[in-house]
Amino acid sequence: MSRVITLREALGEAMSEEMRRDENVLLMGEEVAEYNGAYKVSKGMLDEFGAKRVIDTPIAELGFAGIGVGAAMNGLRPIVEFMTWNFAVLAFDQIVNNAAKTLSQSAGDFKCPIVFRGPSGSAGQLAQQHSQTFESWLANCPGLKVISCIDPYDAKGLLKSAIRDDDPVCVMESEILYGLKGEVPEEEYLVPIGKAAVRREGTDVTIVSYNKMIEVAKDAAVELQKEGISAEVIDLRTIRPLDIETIVTSVKKTNRLVVVDESWPFAGVSSEVAYTIQRFAFDYLDAPVIRVNAQDTNLPYAKPLVDAWLPDVSKVVKAVKEVAYVGA
Amino acid sequence: MEVVAAKKNGKSKTKKAKFDKNTYLTWYHEMLRIRKFEEAALLAYSKQKIRGFCHVYIGQEAITAGMESAIRKEDAIVTAYRQHGVALARGCSSEACMAELFGKATGVVKGKGGSMHFFSKEHRYFGGNGIVGAQIPIGTGIAFAEMYRGTDNLCVTMFGDGAARQGALYESFNMAMTWKVPVIYVVENNGYAMGTSVERTSNVRDLYTIGEAFDMPSEPVDGMDPEVVHEAFSRAAEHVRSGKGPYFLELKTYRYKGHSVSDPGKYRTKEELQSYKDRDPINIIETKILDQKLASQSEIDEIKAKVKAEMAQAVEFAEASPLPDASELFTDNYVQQDYPYIKY
Repeated sequence: MSRVITLREALGEAMSEEMRRDENVLLMGEEVAEYNGAYKVSKGMLDEFGAKRVIDTPIAELGFAGIGVGAAMNGLRPIVEFMTWNFAVLAFDQIVNNAAKTLSQSAGDFKCPIVFRGPSGSAGQLAQQHSQTFESWLANCPGLKVISCIDPYDAKGLLKSAIRDDDPVCVMESEILYGLKGEVPEEEYLVPIGKAAVRREGTDVTIVSYNKMIEVAKDAAVELQKEGISAEVIDLRTIRPLDIETIVTSVKKTNRLVVVDESWPFAGVSSEVAYTIQRFAFDYLDAPVIRVNAQDTNLPYAKPLVDAWLPDVSKVVKAVKEVAYVGA
Repeated sequence: MEVVAAKKNGKSKTKKAKFDKNTYLTWYHEMLRIRKFEEAALLAYSKQKIRGFCHVYIGQEAITAGMESAIRKEDAIVTAYRQHGVALARGCSSEACMAELFGKATGVVKGKGGSMHFFSKEHRYFGGNGIVGAQIPIGTGIAFAEMYRGTDNLCVTMFGDGAARQGALYESFNMAMTWKVPVIYVVENNGYAMGTSVERTSNVRDLYTIGEAFDMPSEPVDGMDPEVVHEAFSRAAEHVRSGKGPYFLELKTYRYKGHSVSDPGKYRTKEELQSYKDRDPINIIETKILDQKLASQSEIDEIKAKVKAEMAQAVEFAEASPLPDASELFTDNYVQQDYPYIKY
């Protein structure tokens, strides 16, 4: 039986189901317990699981991320919630220097099964420090896996897989899409890490995107259809490891690629996808790959500056027409 | 531990023995093992058998000796990068540790960690950490897991005086006290964070007083005397195991060598170094054993010969061991066996 629930409910269900299944799973972070989550993702979990397993921390990202890493090395499966990934920068030492490296340093003796999760990306007029995406920062680092997906069905299945995974997984959500609704079955299911999803089939151009930009890509595809351009839309869902096969297969069919990526352009997910395509589908490309990123600047507060900074439908439509050599 | 009074002969230079013969001989043996291991490592480094960083524990041996006799094998330990001695005292073999320094496949972590990163799950040794102070929250988390499972094990979380200035300490101390996490925090205060003295990095020079800001029981300890170290750890462990939360020990110690092999230690005086060598823990315990007639000179000589042979064998083992195969690069990054590495 399927029902329509929000992204935040889907993520909450994923955590609760896994905590019922395995008593070594616990949730810790700022405001996760008594406040029911800064964005209500953990609503009701304190009541069900108690303060031993749903733990309010002080505002000390480095400290509680490290406590999570130590607990994971010693047999637990912590879920560490960051109120936003912007604050997790304070904890990058523990994520990058320890969670990602413990298995290698110990030659396989100590694994680190931990999930770091929270919203990534801009969320309206929140200005410079609260608007960043961190997928490419973390995906650069061997030892980590990185998930970034806002579809409620997939996000739930992926988070459950992440909690069961023996490797450290960073899960990127979206502050402004926690209320996004989708069909999610009552029955249990998992979505595998490392597989992209084709959200819309098309023949003329491939649009690759992830997280909330997938909504922009889908909207752009609808606009393009009106002009007779058939766009295939691929949701990466997992950033590391990247599902190269799905992208290459699509580009071999459409011969054109646009990457829509909210992160900054330099050395980001979009550059990795573009490199991969020129490496494995060079002979199939009928045009250079074009990417639509956030501008290569900090994000200020004022509305017109936000609008100019973010990728949007018109920017994506323009990019697609460019790779399709359709006159503007 | 049984307290055995040594015979008074009226000529003793040392204080009466508080512990049994076996305890003193174990301390002596373990401290000598570490000292001789480190000397062998320095020699091998000078011959370029060991590369990269190499931070030796010489001078600080009394800490691991007194600590290990006061805690249990089931307890966990995590420390920083000056860690050869801690791993040896935990029970890692000198062969595996030396082979690790040589970068060999038979090393304690298959040649993947080197001097800073020994680990052994079997010995509840959660490793040497190369980022100053990062192991303070990790040790808190290791202890948190013991509390979560309801065991009465604790985690000894060791760090140097330099790490005491990191924000990670403040965050960890605060959470550990709030949640009553079973952790013994140990700052090995050897006076210098690399070349910078404690006096130059903070107005607070008695590091144990940092714990008082969190109402954490905290005390200074003479880190050059295994007896005193043992007693301090016994107090701390009893407190922590009773569920009262963390305990903080400042072990005042000294490293005889530089920060690493490349550091001649010119920032300190010969007189200062000599003043600590005069209180060398190995000499002190040896003198005590003989003075209090806990063991004979021939028993001491036997230990010395045994340690010498052990370290010769460790070096021989390391020399003879194979280097890791290049394919090892693609193991132990992920538990997932079929992880699709980017290889293009």
